[in-house]
Amino acid sequence: MKFSKEEIRKIAYLARINIDEIEANKVSEKLEGILGLIEQMTQVNTDGIEPMSHALDITQPLREDKVTADDIREKSLNLSQETDQSLFIVPKVIE
Amino acid sequence: MDWDIVIGIETHVQLKTESKIFSGASASFGGEPNAHACLVSLAYPGVLPVLNEEAVNCAIRFGLAVDAKIAKQSIFARKNYFYPDLPKGYQISQFELPVVGEGNLSISLGDENKNIRILRAHLEEDAGKSVHGVDVDKSGIDLNRAGTPLLEIVTEPDMSSAEEAVSYAKKLHELVQWIGICDGNMQEGNFRCDVNVSVKKKGAKKLGTRREIKNLNSFKFIKQAVDYEVNWQIETLEDGGKIKQSTILFDPESGETREMRSKEEANDYRYFPDPDLLPLMISEDKINTIKSEMYELPSQMKASLIEEYGLSNYDADGITSNIAVANYFKELLSCNVSAKLASNWILTNVFSRLNELNMDIDSCPLKASKLAKLISRIEDKTISNNAAKKVFDEIWDQDKSVDDVIEQLGLKQISNVDEIENILNQVLKDNDIMVQEYKSGKDKAFNALIGQVMKASKGKANPGQVSQLLKEKLAD
Amino acid sequence: MEKFSLKELSDGLKAKKFSSVEITQFFLDRLDRYNASINAFITIDNEKSLKMAKQSDEIIKEGRQDYLTGIPIAQKDIFCAEGWKTTCGSKMLDNFISPYDATVISKFNNVGAVNLGKTNMDEFAMGSSNETSYYGNVKNPWNIKNVPGGSSGGSAAAVAAMLAPAATATDTGGSIRQPASLCGLTGLKPTYGLVSRYGMIAFASSLDQAGPMCHSAEDCAAMLNVMSGHDSKDSTSIKRDKENYLNGIHNPIKGLKIGIPKEFFSEGIDADVEKIIEQGITEYKKLGAEIVDISLPNNHLSIPVYYVIAPAEASSNLSRYDGVRYGYRTKEYDDLMDMYCKTRKEGFGEEVKRRIMIGTYVLSAGYYDAYYLKAQKIRRLISEDFSKAFKKCDVILGPSAPSVSFPIGDKKEDPLKMYMQDVYTISTNLAGLPGLSMPAGLINNLPVGIQLIGNYFSEAKLLNVANIFQMNSDWHHLSPKGFE
Repeated sequence: MKFSKEEIRKIAYLARINIDEIEANKVSEKLEGILGLIEQMTQVNTDGIEPMSHALDITQPLREDKVTADDIREKSLNLSQETDQSLFIVPKVIE
Repeated sequence: MDWDIVIGIETHVQLKTESKIFSGASASFGGEPNAHACLVSLAYPGVLPVLNEEAVNCAIRFGLAVDAKIAKQSIFARKNYFYPDLPKGYQISQFELPVVGEGNLSISLGDENKNIRILRAHLEEDAGKSVHGVDVDKSGIDLNRAGTPLLEIVTEPDMSSAEEAVSYAKKLHELVQWIGICDGNMQEGNFRCDVNVSVKKKGAKKLGTRREIKNLNSFKFIKQAVDYEVNWQIETLEDGGKIKQSTILFDPESGETREMRSKEEANDYRYFPDPDLLPLMISEDKINTIKSEMYELPSQMKASLIEEYGLSNYDADGITSNIAVANYFKELLSCNVSAKLASNWILTNVFSRLNELNMDIDSCPLKASKLAKLISRIEDKTISNNAAKKVFDEIWDQDKSVDDVIEQLGLKQISNVDEIENILNQVLKDNDIMVQEYKSGKDKAFNALIGQVMKASKGKANPGQVSQLLKEKLAD
Repeated sequence: MEKFSLKELSDGLKAKKFSSVEITQFFLDRLDRYNASINAFITIDNEKSLKMAKQSDEIIKEGRQDYLTGIPIAQKDIFCAEGWKTTCGSKMLDNFISPYDATVISKFNNVGAVNLGKTNMDEFAMGSSNETSYYGNVKNPWNIKNVPGGSSGGSAAAVAAMLAPAATATDTGGSIRQPASLCGLTGLKPTYGLVSRYGMIAFASSLDQAGPMCHSAEDCAAMLNVMSGHDSKDSTSIKRDKENYLNGIHNPIKGLKIGIPKEFFSEGIDADVEKIIEQGITEYKKLGAEIVDISLPNNHLSIPVYYVIAPAEASSNLSRYDGVRYGYRTKEYDDLMDMYCKTRKEGFGEEVKRRIMIGTYVLSAGYYDAYYLKAQKIRRLISEDFSKAFKKCDVILGPSAPSVSFPIGDKKEDPLKMYMQDVYTISTNLAGLPGLSMPAGLINNLPVGIQLIGNYFSEAKLLNVANIFQMNSDWHHLSPKGFE
């Protein structure tokens, strides 16, 4: 199983991580190794087995519908690289 | 070439809760930018979601209202994509196991009803907003809305025209307000429709490729957008072109739809069950408790209005068209007036006055109890229907009592048989020609004679009595 | 004083032998002297720590002292602490001053413990050697050319070099137990859900658990008493009656059934390590335990399963690091896409990027069933292996790591070799069971740990079984030279 350049590019795009040509080759090699490791799994018979998402058989607790959070604007805006008029600023979002 | 239009609608309904779906931040609309963005809304490292009970209750109420299956167990899933108004880089939604399953919603098309099948409804969180115009190549992100609870309601592609689409949207809009899960304020973005449109040759089995018109937040826009899109698709196909599956936006200025600009590749959302949330279990008991706390649904009320009170289909529709009207009607009934009169007065007199003044029934200045008084004066024959209209005008937005106005305008009708007989005899004497015409078969003359009596009595004679007596007299 | 147990420190504070300010200053001085040589800490703030110590002295004066009041505890830099730089070992959070306290941090604050500083770790908890941190490698105090293990390498090195009496750590695939083993410490990963994850920067949500890194089982019990408990802010947090983990820690273990999984002793284990484990088993026999042979037939699948599930969850958890609201943002960018892609390329290290890529791949269209779903199914098989085993025994014993500490750089270039470090620990995370590692010997002056795995919520028993071993041996009292 080889990771084509196209596949690497696609995965990098989905993950929003820049990967140049040289890196792409290195990454591809390493990923193929990991994939080989993972492939061991696919041979196992799991017919009729339920997937396990959580260790314990517990269910979702519910929260009372009340406003409990404070206004943390001062703190949160200070943590951002670029803000203006209480908004977080990013390059223009085009639809 | 004849074409079939196929439409399915996905509606995002913002649920009426105090706090957000996965955090304790305020879910209220507006507010200074980012004033309602808490630690969880901002997706700081380490924060975790906890599910709002009221959001679940709203979903259950909706499921009950459309007769749908409510899942005993449903799962929250992450929908992964990058967008600045989506702080975690994923939206918590539901994928394979939604909270509400298949249901039905009936829409009225004139005299007929059509059933629209609901495929599913699921809970999810809303994204924030990007604000433009901060700088020409920058956008500002406001995360107040991020995390507010949504119920996404998906239909089967059962609608076959723009009119049906609008009718469904309107019906759904009323229903969600009726059961108290949404404010229905479309300007505030409380209720947004994504409309999927495709066309196929008439009678063809295979569906055409659909395009999805996103974020329509008014009924007018839905009609315009669907009309435009249908024409565009038909023209394209008739010209030999192909429809590409895509997401499109409606531009109200130009009245046209256009493809969204981004996305060189289709987004792969990589759905998987959210490991920070556990399976949501809903017991029979819970469903029954919520059911018992719900008011009757519009469809149930409509049925009982027709059966119990003999209202027409059309009138019953009108009274149950929205919960404010229904409540006004119920109040009238509680004052012991007849359902038919109550319904007539609301649907004609009250509505026409409200329309004139561009108001809705929530701000109606005429209290139901006062209108009930007026109606009772018709029922006890103190005044005639026509006289009542005059009283109505006076009491609409003024602090006068019904009886005072009747007194002031001298509208008490004459019901005394002797008095009426006197007037009647005089009229018959004075209108011999009409009497002869009636006797020679001209039925119209009867009404003309009644008219004369009413004129002579200055409109005060009880028309019912007059008609009765006149019939008797002319039978001689 | 650097060798004092938590109990000795607690008793000493109560008896007014010393104050919180004094012991805090004592450890801060040691940090000043020794931290540079092992790079165990990312953030030290004398002023903040001493301020907390002063407040704790007030509490002690007023007679409201708890077990850990006034004691300085090192905090793994994965826990958000309000006002403290919290980096998770990454450039991505180099400028992040946390606006809130993790629940674990709050709990320590509430009993008046002192925050001694934030310890170094593998970036975003991904690693087994603490060689992926943006803040440089951590050195093993037993041999500074060697790794301390990871991802909680900083916490382990800090306690091993006696720069902190105890530390918090986290374990997703072995990140408490393996470094504990490589540094001669006692470390506990509790049952999943016992300790709140709110404020603990997420790596793999269904596997992450926080736990103590200490010199002894008794100290771990004292730490767990503070750290554990239901948290309504964490949906996966368990509601159950609060336990005191010090109770029963001295119970005799006669008749205890210890299960030895044959799969833990097949290929891959270093012969010397195996010998030490066997000595440990002999020791337990002498103490009255009964040895039972058990099997965990699917254990070998735990590594591939882990390397599907953990990266998948991580790839999603790390999507929030986009430069928009906090953290690193690249300096120059043409548009939004550019900003995202450059920020994440520059902000994340190699191993993190690799795991995000694998995680993204296994969740992507067409691969979800074959990889993620498949892994979750095998996860259940692995978990069922344990259920079956616990019908035959009370605790399971085995190695914590396949080898002793290795030279820095030795395995870094070969991720697969590195992943094998977790071969004995990962299955416990997948099943959500509690696991502990305690020192049991030395090879060439490098520590070797024994792992004990218990059934759900059997931490008290595990600590008891470990404690009895420690009451009858000295391994946990040994310290590396050079940190006097």
